[in-house]
Amino acid sequence: MSDVIAPLSDKDRIFTNVYGFQDWGIDAAIKRGDWDNTKKLLEIGQDEIIERIKASGLRGRGGAGFPTGMKWSFMPKESKDGRPSFLVINADESEPGSCKDREIIRHDPHKLIEGALVAGFAMRARAAYIYIRGEFIYEAKVLFAAVEQAYEKGFLGKNACGSGYDFDVFVHRGAGAYICGEETAQIESLEGKKGQPRLKPPFPAGAGLYGCPTTVNNVESIAVAPTILRRGSEWFASFGRENNKGTKLFQISGHVNKPCVVEESMGISFKELIDRHCGGIRGGWDNLLAVIPGGSSVPLVPAKQIMDAPMDFDGLKALGSGLGTAAVIVMDKSTDIVRAISRLSYFYKHESCGQCTPCREGTGWMWRVMERLRSGEADIGEIDMLHEVTKQVEGHTICALGDAAAWPIQGLIRHFRPEIERRINENKGSAPVMEAAE
Amino acid sequence: MPKVKVDGVELEVPAGATVLQACEMAGKEIPRFCYHERLSIAGNCRMCLVEVKPGPPKPQASCALPAAENQEIFTQTEMVKKAREGVMEFLLINHPLDCPICDQGGECDLQDQSVAYGRGGSRFDENKRAVTEKYMGPIVKTVMTRCIQCTRCVRFAEEVAGVPEIGAIYRGENMQITTYLEHAAKSELSGNVVDLCPVGALTSKPYAFEARPWELKKTHAIDVMDAVGTNIRLDSRGRQVLRAVPRINDDVNEEWASDKTRHNVDGLVRKRLDKPYVRKDGKLVPATWNEAFAAVAAVQHGGSVAALAGDLLDCETMFAGKALVEKLGGTMLEGRQTGLAYDVSSLSAVNFNTTLNGIETADVILLVGTNLRWEAPLVNTRLRKAIKKGAKVFGIGPQVDLTYKVEWLGNDASLLAKLPQAVVEAFGKAARPAMIVGGGVLAKDGAHGDTLALVETLGLIKEGWNGYNVLHFAAARMGGLMLGYATQGGIKAVAAASPKLLFSLGADEVDYSAFEDSFKVYIGHHGDKGAHAADVILPGASYAEKAGTYVNLEGRVQRGEKAVFAPGDAREDWSILRALSEVLGATLPFDSFEQLRAEMEKAVPALGQIGLADYGWPNNLKDLPSLPTGASGEFGSPIKDFYLTNAICRASPTMQQCSAELIHGETFAEAAE
Repeated sequence: MSDVIAPLSDKDRIFTNVYGFQDWGIDAAIKRGDWDNTKKLLEIGQDEIIERIKASGLRGRGGAGFPTGMKWSFMPKESKDGRPSFLVINADESEPGSCKDREIIRHDPHKLIEGALVAGFAMRARAAYIYIRGEFIYEAKVLFAAVEQAYEKGFLGKNACGSGYDFDVFVHRGAGAYICGEETAQIESLEGKKGQPRLKPPFPAGAGLYGCPTTVNNVESIAVAPTILRRGSEWFASFGRENNKGTKLFQISGHVNKPCVVEESMGISFKELIDRHCGGIRGGWDNLLAVIPGGSSVPLVPAKQIMDAPMDFDGLKALGSGLGTAAVIVMDKSTDIVRAISRLSYFYKHESCGQCTPCREGTGWMWRVMERLRSGEADIGEIDMLHEVTKQVEGHTICALGDAAAWPIQGLIRHFRPEIERRINENKGSAPVMEAAE
Repeated sequence: MPKVKVDGVELEVPAGATVLQACEMAGKEIPRFCYHERLSIAGNCRMCLVEVKPGPPKPQASCALPAAENQEIFTQTEMVKKAREGVMEFLLINHPLDCPICDQGGECDLQDQSVAYGRGGSRFDENKRAVTEKYMGPIVKTVMTRCIQCTRCVRFAEEVAGVPEIGAIYRGENMQITTYLEHAAKSELSGNVVDLCPVGALTSKPYAFEARPWELKKTHAIDVMDAVGTNIRLDSRGRQVLRAVPRINDDVNEEWASDKTRHNVDGLVRKRLDKPYVRKDGKLVPATWNEAFAAVAAVQHGGSVAALAGDLLDCETMFAGKALVEKLGGTMLEGRQTGLAYDVSSLSAVNFNTTLNGIETADVILLVGTNLRWEAPLVNTRLRKAIKKGAKVFGIGPQVDLTYKVEWLGNDASLLAKLPQAVVEAFGKAARPAMIVGGGVLAKDGAHGDTLALVETLGLIKEGWNGYNVLHFAAARMGGLMLGYATQGGIKAVAAASPKLLFSLGADEVDYSAFEDSFKVYIGHHGDKGAHAADVILPGASYAEKAGTYVNLEGRVQRGEKAVFAPGDAREDWSILRALSEVLGATLPFDSFEQLRAEMEKAVPALGQIGLADYGWPNNLKDLPSLPTGASGEFGSPIKDFYLTNAICRASPTMQQCSAELIHGETFAEAAE
């Protein structure tokens, strides 16, 4: 935590229309520098593009932080059996707290579409499918129109951007299931099936959409690719700390004075992020209770620990949490923290696909116990039991939703156990002890 | 061949094996619910978690993980134990503990595995989930609250039965298995989901609350509902067979049985002939054995004796019948009850030559005049497997839904002589071409010859491969043909000879109006068509009540055991024939079943060898029987109603309901429980 991260200056922002002050349309986008001689970007060559993305240190912006360039390099260099490759762009942004892809799509869709072409070209994909969350109605309209515009200009389709490469972009609307943001469930859903994660292996790079090699990337990871290529890997790598490079869209919600989505350097400290962009914590810094730094599925971090923490993958991992999608949920001392986590538990119970046992059965159980912990109608021993149940879910499921459901509760128990015990004791003290005969 | 280490024991496993298979090879038991050898891998129950090195520091689902070189697998570590306990606990929290009133009790995977791998008690303090029942037809009873969402039934319906009518709706803890519109699953194989279900969610409706598994006597038998020769286990209590379940035989039925095989058994206690009858003044009246025998002995036959064999007979009965007819001076034997008269000079020309296993490997298949789904549902599942491997199927005959894509060429026998160029080309390129000739062909003049002529045209014979298949659907057929139950000209010729004394050995599909002048002795087990026409009825035993040898459509000789005793005065068929022979003054040369069997093996040695009989396909195709050709016109379908093909199923209420509901579209209101 010794590095001091300088705040991002305006000239280094990738998303220059993230607030929608300008038009999203293609002409305005071109003025902002998108689609600027994309042909030249493609002329860099497929392997070289991947190398440059690798060199930029870009890590996946969807939450897991897997190095994007490396992911692209897993795609086959040539099709040995005639199967095409596909790029799937995950715009099923449903993580509570996250709202960055939405801003990109509605205000700067051409960054994404150009990125789709560049990334798709680099991984030798035949087409890109953008899977957009069902509830994003306006965003889907914009995206459909933007893709249309790109086709009209000849940027997509046969001989895209005059490069000689044929590339199509299809937009597919989801039906509102959180689990369809999981890459293999998304592929299932795209194929028209029930959105349930697949077993891995085989990984999508080997057999994904329609059994063909597929890479699933987050909107932000794809949208930053053209700018990285234009301005150079070194430029992108000049932000942030080692292994956590680049700029990132932070989405700060909750008890700050001015909640916002803002592009910042990775590794900026929490305090600086809030002070600079959000007008500080509601009621002052002493009023801060806890922060969920990366969207609902990462454990919360209490005020004391988060204050100076660098907001990047490794910095938050060191605190037992994670950067996730950089959806920073700030909670001040007016928050009923147990209720907040219980609400998240309800979310995961509601969104579990039901395919595998620990998640299907465990999420409901955890939520019910959480509800009782919230009201205090529980035994002290049930806190440990709940913790054990979360451990029984974590790591035993097909996809990461089980982990995502377990971690917030583990974070709560780790940091706020006295609060939970207080409620139970209070409830016991105020009400006569009624035990049913066994 | 990767080398892996399972709990410290090094072993080599076949390439492509999963970690679970590797563990099994090492003799380690891996608990599982969703995994099933014959279904695709779902990996959703999470019960089979093991620790694998190298790998992530969490347990892995062994059913879905490929075994790799130098893998170290641990099945007994603390991590694995904890994981199993955890999954077990999750499965049980919403599973009702209603084992005392659950039909699965005693043969329930969940029960067994919770004892072996679960924690002692439950910590779940909330209300349990309840799920509404689903209607799945007359065979499958549902108690969906017990469902653990393993999706075996879903995968079976889609992959094996080919009727994707079962699926999961809703998500999370609200996920439910259902038939969507709550129709009965329109499949001849739906009963298999009962066996597949690891808990008591799907149980057998006709067998509901009948018995506990530990009360049942289990007898290995051979099914007689079609010519596949499904290996079954008859579970009986006292004198009644309560259910039939398939045994595993990879060469025959794999692990499946058709609904008819499973659920005809309630027909075994209905409409049974349990005492002899003699026709007096045009009416059948009960009689003693002696009276009945005397009535037969009174017939002045003068050597004009014939025997007709039914479809459900074992070889021993047919052999005893043949011996009696011959001893009385008769010669005419016939088993093709409905009038078929195809040539049987070479049995290999009426055999399923690829074998059941072989047809799975065929790459181009021509179906001629057959509805496989009804004539042999388990052959149809083999074809589905072949198609999954890439086989192409053409069809000539009435267009039916076989659950897979068939390129129908039309229903015209003359097509056999002028096959479309595309078909000929496809066969030309095929490495393992096959043709399946159904009952519709054998019934049509010239069509059998036309198909035999195609053997050469389509190149059905290759090195180590014979692709010519005739599909029979009577369990007694191949055995009967081996024993000579075929008269030149078929049953018409027998009728034309107008035998004075006619033995009907369970022949219930015969048009007896052609035998008005014959004195008809019916030896069989059900009061069906044969008994109605008879002058004397001698009550015999059904397939469950006698041991016997059966030959299936591919010429596989198999033996079944006797599960229960025949009801009332009924006796085993061979002993009736033996006793009668004495009264008729033509005593048969055997006093016990073993002696009979020895005699039979002496006469037809192949029947003494368990396994595939060799019918001697000629080395030179010119030695195939030369049969008339030039068939034309439409092929008919010999089976009108899958569920009511023989006397036992016609007596079975379950089969009647299946027929009414699934074939005739009647709906049944279910009483609220």
